[in-house]
Amino acid sequence: MSLLDVENLRVSFDTRQGVVEAVRGISFSLGQERLGIVGESGSGKSMTGRAILRLIRPPGRVGADRIALEGEELQSLSERQMRKVRGRRISMVMQDPKFSLNPVMTVGEQIMEAYLLHARDSRRAARRKALEMLEAVDIRDPERVMKAYPHEVSGGMGQRIMIAMMLIPDPRILIADEPTSALDVSVQRTVLSIMDGLVRERGMGLIFISHDLNLVSEFCDRVLIMYAGRIVETCDAARLHEARHPYTRGLLNSLPRLDQPRGRLEVLARDPAWAEGR
Amino acid sequence: MLEVDGLNVWFGEGATHVDAVQGARFFVDEGESFGLVGESGSGKSTILRAITGLAPGWSGRVEVDGRTVYRDRRDRRFHKTVQMVFQDPYASLHPRHSVDRVLSETLWLHGMDRIDSRVPQLLEDVGLGPKFRFRYPHQLSGGQRQRVAIARALAGEPRLLLLDEPTSALDVSVQAEILNLLADLRDERGLTYVMVSHDLSVVGHLCQRLAVMQSGRIVEMMEVDQLRRGQADHPYTRALIAASTSGGRTSRAAE
Repeated sequence: MSLLDVENLRVSFDTRQGVVEAVRGISFSLGQERLGIVGESGSGKSMTGRAILRLIRPPGRVGADRIALEGEELQSLSERQMRKVRGRRISMVMQDPKFSLNPVMTVGEQIMEAYLLHARDSRRAARRKALEMLEAVDIRDPERVMKAYPHEVSGGMGQRIMIAMMLIPDPRILIADEPTSALDVSVQRTVLSIMDGLVRERGMGLIFISHDLNLVSEFCDRVLIMYAGRIVETCDAARLHEARHPYTRGLLNSLPRLDQPRGRLEVLARDPAWAEGR
Repeated sequence: MLEVDGLNVWFGEGATHVDAVQGARFFVDEGESFGLVGESGSGKSTILRAITGLAPGWSGRVEVDGRTVYRDRRDRRFHKTVQMVFQDPYASLHPRHSVDRVLSETLWLHGMDRIDSRVPQLLEDVGLGPKFRFRYPHQLSGGQRQRVAIARALAGEPRLLLLDEPTSALDVSVQAEILNLLADLRDERGLTYVMVSHDLSVVGHLCQRLAVMQSGRIVEMMEVDQLRRGQADHPYTRALIAASTSGGRTSRAAE
């Protein structure tokens, strides 16, 4: 059985200019694998991640024929039941640790809180778990980091703390929405390989949302390419370079490459037919 | 065109004193494009900010077009020669000024005549049609805003453009458009570029030479050809090259 099944997911926003459809009927399923969702800004990739966790607020509207987590329909759950899903069964790492960590709470308190919210356990055990988790994300001096406030750690470390916090309740699925876009190139890969290692070790499903084709092809098994709220192509990450859809090809060709100097970069000529999912 | 020697830049005083750049030295010939590469906090943008006067605490020698730049005063001629394009087009345009006002005001400050006919010309130069003239920043996409920011920089007909991560806030397909635009403008006008970026492939695409910076110091100077062949001496440069080409699982497999 797959971990997550999404059928005909739609997200729309009522605005003064009319209805804006951010996601227009996408379907996919996730097993114990690493699934990448790639697209440009406005393609609906982040909205997809948020819609699964029911994190879209009015005026946004979400509809789907089915959003099933291990066979259980999420849309029929109450808000109270949904809170048990978030974190405990599906958790999410967002782009910038500066905005997702609580600035007035120590790192240790926050990680312990994440654990105690979902587990009946003593503070002492929570503390031990938190330290273990910080070690698991390669933080060298976990005792010191436990006592630190978020502004006292670097961006890369902040994102590792986020990953620790999100994985401590042992969820089945991790949604990572541009987890390294706010980080330097040199630390991006370290953070991703840590995340990758943990996800594999625990047999979790990963949804990795990013605009970076290379990064996704490196850290995923399968890739969905989104354009204007639809999935235009699905392919094996290892075979991304063989992608057929002109949009995917255009994205790949518009990247400057060190190994293949070119006078001019290819510019994407957008075809209105792509938006219709053709 | 630009010569920098023994440049130190610092922020704060006493206990909060931080040395952001130490002993930077490089030159850029007229018509050349030079890249400054390094991770955040390495001081690469700070160098540009010191040259333009946005980081007031600096010492050393900076010469633009053979004329010494002083710390506390820059004359009109300096601003006519040197202009800067910033990273985030969402933050660098006044949200309540129309494109027309942004460009007209800049032209007026440079003492230009025929402002009314120059504005559409500038827009055309950066590939925007006349219909964009009376729009506000929120009515433009990221790429269009960056084009307006480039038009603003070109208004005084400068010869040296300082580009601070001009495409890192943009989607890859839009990045390609802006990089092509910058290359075209350089060819048409013989502009000199100094470009700051964390992306080696972007610098490799647009520049001929580059300096690699780490914690405030230039650790290596190299030609882009050397970079392409992976001939780096400094371990930090090698790590950067590895980080930006290992993304080439796709690219390597494609060959």
